[in-house]
Amino acid sequence: MAQSQDNTHEPVTGRAPLIVGGYDFRSMTEAVAVPVERKTPLGWWFFFLPSLALLGLFGVSIGWLFWEGTGIWGLNNPVNWGFAIVNFVFWVGIGHAGTLISAILFLFRQKWRTSINRAAEAMTIFAVMCAMVFPGIHVGRVWVAYWMFPLPNQMDMWPNFRSPLIWDVFAVSIYGTVSLMFWYVGLIPDLATIRDRAKTRIRKLVYGTFALGWRGSHRNWLHYERAYLMLAGLATPLVLSVHSVVSMDFATAQLPGWHTTIFPPYFVAGAIFSGFAMVMTLMLICRVLFEMEDIITMRHLENMAKIMLLTGCMVGYAYAIEMFIAWYSGNPYEQFAFANRALGPYAWAYWIMVSCNVITPQLFWFKKMRNHIGWLFVSSILINIGMWFERFVIVASSLHRDFLPASWDYYQATFWDFASLIGSFGLFFTMFCLFARFLPLVATAEVKTVLPEADPHQGEELVRVVRGGSDTDAAAQPAPAGGGGA
Amino acid sequence: MSLMHLEVPEASGGYSHYGVLARFKTAKALYRACEAVRDAGYSKWDALTPFPVHGLEKAMGLKPSKLPFLVLATGLTGAGLGFGLQSWVHIMAYPLVISGKPLMTWPAFVPVTFELGVLGAALGAVLGMFAFNKLPTYHHPLFRSETFARVTDDGLFIAIESWDPKYDDQGTAEFLSGLGAVEVEHVPIEDPVDDEGGGA
Repeated sequence: MAQSQDNTHEPVTGRAPLIVGGYDFRSMTEAVAVPVERKTPLGWWFFFLPSLALLGLFGVSIGWLFWEGTGIWGLNNPVNWGFAIVNFVFWVGIGHAGTLISAILFLFRQKWRTSINRAAEAMTIFAVMCAMVFPGIHVGRVWVAYWMFPLPNQMDMWPNFRSPLIWDVFAVSIYGTVSLMFWYVGLIPDLATIRDRAKTRIRKLVYGTFALGWRGSHRNWLHYERAYLMLAGLATPLVLSVHSVVSMDFATAQLPGWHTTIFPPYFVAGAIFSGFAMVMTLMLICRVLFEMEDIITMRHLENMAKIMLLTGCMVGYAYAIEMFIAWYSGNPYEQFAFANRALGPYAWAYWIMVSCNVITPQLFWFKKMRNHIGWLFVSSILINIGMWFERFVIVASSLHRDFLPASWDYYQATFWDFASLIGSFGLFFTMFCLFARFLPLVATAEVKTVLPEADPHQGEELVRVVRGGSDTDAAAQPAPAGGGGA
Repeated sequence: MSLMHLEVPEASGGYSHYGVLARFKTAKALYRACEAVRDAGYSKWDALTPFPVHGLEKAMGLKPSKLPFLVLATGLTGAGLGFGLQSWVHIMAYPLVISGKPLMTWPAFVPVTFELGVLGAALGAVLGMFAFNKLPTYHHPLFRSETFARVTDDGLFIAIESWDPKYDDQGTAEFLSGLGAVEVEHVPIEDPVDDEGGGA
């Protein structure tokens, strides 16, 4: 198995290599392009058909919602925001890890991102799609959903730009647009690869059209790399702003439990935390299903586990500081809101959240657990559950008991609430399955740049080609690829 | 963005070939060859690679991309339009007086201004990159070469165009072979009879 080769190390830094298994450029192309070109594996249907069924459920639940109205949900008078906003925040958060991997790690020159950034960016786009559905459908009168946008209309009416809800419309839709552009720009060279390997006319036409006639000219790479760098630089503050704006939907309200200044950083950390958990889940499945254990290596998984540990601790710190500030503020409403959160009717949800989000990642302090595939998978699922509950706790437990005890109530989700939650996973996984089937799952052109022979100055300094299993032989002699190539 | 981009000089009738295409085995060999082509004084040429070879622009003597200036301009335009829209809505089109507060509430306009600035800059970066690179360019003489399909796989190429003042049908091909090219071929400019990918 591939894991056994992960003990080969870069000669200078002593780190595990980014790619194992002795790939060269051609075999790298093969490894990434063949899953796009071969017959659909049976395992793919195993994921795709259930996803499609859930997508159908999503369609039915939205159709019924449009027909009947928001009364089919469990909303009541104090809890006017239920699953729709919980799911919205959850999905936007999931998307953020994709941008973190593709943009922030790019700016920090973390080359290990190249194996996972394509899939993570795709995940971002599909998560934002899921997220955007909920504000669209939860407005009640969906036929006037266009009021969210500043469009000239016969009523001479304009949105209120002083409201965080309209900031959200701009933040999330622009986030979706920029993520899509970033993803597509990254795809162009790989689409050209698939185009040049295409055998059938329809493949040539479709991939050729989207590849835009890319021919790898360095005069083009020059602008391309600059554009990519700038998109990364733009996406980084964008992603931070998006979840900050999402948190302001809550924080600008005066409701105890929402009205806290910690919300923007707390939400951003939670978003990255949950998103990495989702990337982990997807990568663990994809690397097995598409035989990419050498490209998405244990080093990648371990790095992701470390980031989950970090962001998990930040989230845990935020939970603690919220409690502390509630007590320290001396405000009885704040104190009640937080005591009620941990001990009230929603205590079960609160403690699910704490155990999944704070306790689960603590095992990642141990290298053994960071390298344990089974635990990585289980913990990634647990963290996603926990992060969904975090948003549920924030929404439901804050709303259900506010200033006026006479209006207290308990929010109980209905079948249709759950149908739209589960259905949104159908949308997400259907899109991801289609992506994994028809587009290169790994950014081939980028991964080639981290292979040792991509370095034009290879062999000029200390060179040992680190290839799986053969590094001791290679260390004794100069790089086989070096020496002018004449 | 032209669909049929090809910088053929006005009097293209005199050129029998698009140019010479040479394939190199390693990134290192390509880098050295680019330095040599640059130093030999060629100007109408290009390196074509499956991935961006680090620092190749130095070896080719290319200037840095001017894209950042465009992105700055489109970003500021986006932010300006965003701020203008919000100010216009709240002061002129739909003034709402809330608790006697002023109509011009610029701090509340910061998030949308920022987001639209990012949108403008990102559109500038992507569309500007397409424009600078003349994408899409669906037809190019290089696509007539059989071996050129490797450019998106493992092929590292240098192409010297025949309208370069220093170009010479035989001399340039020999020059590239001398630099360590493993394959050298002439690429036709017109569509040849379909089966011929250009004489070697």
